[in-house]
Amino acid sequence: MAEVEETGKLMFADLSDVSISGDIPVQGEINVPVGTPSQDKEYSTLDEPVKDTILRDLKAVGKKFVHVMYPKKSSALLRDWDLWGPLLLCVTLALMLQGGSVDRKDDGGPQFAEVFVIIWFGSVIITLNSKLLGGTISFFQSLCVLGYCIMPLTVAMVVCRLVLLGGSWGFSFIVRLIVVTASFSWSTFASTAFLADSQPPNRKALVVYPVFLFYFVIGWMILTFSPSA
Amino acid sequence: TMASPDDLKFQEFEEATDLLLADPGASTLSMSGSSSTAPAGATGDIKLDMSDDEEQEESSELLRGEKQTSGFWTFEYYQSFFNVDTMQVLDRVKGSVMPLPGRNFIKRTLQSSPDLYGPFWICVTLVFSLAISGNLSTFLNSLGSPHYHYRPQFHRVTIAAVVIFLYAWLVPLGVWGFLTWRQREERQQRGYSFLETVCVYGYSLFIYIPTSVLWILPFEWLRWLLILVAMVISGSVLVLTFWPAVRDDTKSTAFATVATIVVLHALLSIGCKMYFFQTATCTPVPTLAPNHTAAIMTNKTH
Repeated sequence: MAEVEETGKLMFADLSDVSISGDIPVQGEINVPVGTPSQDKEYSTLDEPVKDTILRDLKAVGKKFVHVMYPKKSSALLRDWDLWGPLLLCVTLALMLQGGSVDRKDDGGPQFAEVFVIIWFGSVIITLNSKLLGGTISFFQSLCVLGYCIMPLTVAMVVCRLVLLGGSWGFSFIVRLIVVTASFSWSTFASTAFLADSQPPNRKALVVYPVFLFYFVIGWMILTFSPSA
Repeated sequence: TMASPDDLKFQEFEEATDLLLADPGASTLSMSGSSSTAPAGATGDIKLDMSDDEEQEESSELLRGEKQTSGFWTFEYYQSFFNVDTMQVLDRVKGSVMPLPGRNFIKRTLQSSPDLYGPFWICVTLVFSLAISGNLSTFLNSLGSPHYHYRPQFHRVTIAAVVIFLYAWLVPLGVWGFLTWRQREERQQRGYSFLETVCVYGYSLFIYIPTSVLWILPFEWLRWLLILVAMVISGSVLVLTFWPAVRDDTKSTAFATVATIVVLHALLSIGCKMYFFQTATCTPVPTLAPNHTAAIMTNKTH
């Protein structure tokens, strides 16, 4: 050990006559590696006004709605998934399906809880089904896509309720039938466009069929909604 | 010094390729791991390249052995039950609507790889087709009467779901349990696994889907005819499957088992028809659903 100290002293012998007086300003740049921009945002969002936070989320949800209306293969729905949109759509649909039929206990349309359970439970089962068949999409991404694609059906529900103001049968029924059929096909087509790529090629039909059944049942619930007499 | 294991492996590979170059059609046996015994039913380390005739049997043996490797708490365990392609599912559905004598559904169509996709989604589709068609037929029946106000009758979905899923799981459980208990003494042929029993019951329910849609047509004679056709087709699939399993037993047990299977199946179809497709003149009748759901039914009379 003594040897090391000796060599150390020898190494610094050249510097022994350098004196440091006062402060020597140090120049240069210090670069700290920064994480991805989103990580930065998370830290800085605490300071922004609440309005900004809410508006940003609303804009993300709105952007996804637009992507559903024009279903091209966009990654926005898949990568930046969120479940606000599906929740909003599900609650709206379930609320609008209330207030029909005279008997609320029996023989009536689906209760709020039934609609909720069908939509969420159905989405979970379809997602599990696609994962069990070997799909590569993640659980929440699939829930997000299925939930957002309910949007055409919610729009159809609004239209149906308006049409029902002018009577239940005859012309109004034909209009409602056309609207619901069109929107259910749109929903199925839109969600297939987003989900199809992640499935193994010889099982695509096995994954698409439950999606078709899911939107068919929701379309049936919308079509058979009959307001109280 | 000892040759390192890597050297030994490399040499073997060269030898094998030389031999294969000489005779490309030879059957080869490759083993990983150092076990000297090579039972065919061992867990998936052994690959056998054989000619096509033997390959089917061997692959089914291996599949049976391989399936039990993951525990039931892993995702892969359940993934093994969904290992089917679209064409396979369509073939199985076709096999369930065309029962030919001597064609055992489990042996011929399933070929020892039962799946849960078919039974599950057939049951779900059947639940909704029963509820929706029943609703439509009630509506069409009451079209004339002025006091009728259309009702979606959504609670029927819940009832249909309970009945169909209980039938599709409890009855195969009972049949499988009974067959396994009886087979304990014989051990000649491998009995059906629980999954295969559930699978055959699930696929046999497929014929009821188009039947329930056709039940919308308001002709009583047509409905009874359809029930008869559906029961014959669906029942014979079940009988042809389970008869080979019980025929080695005593005559009375064999007949009793097959008769029970048929009777339960008949009860299901007649019960569904009477509950979901009531004619306009009858008041709602308490359903004749299978015994184990009778308790639920008696609470539902309106």
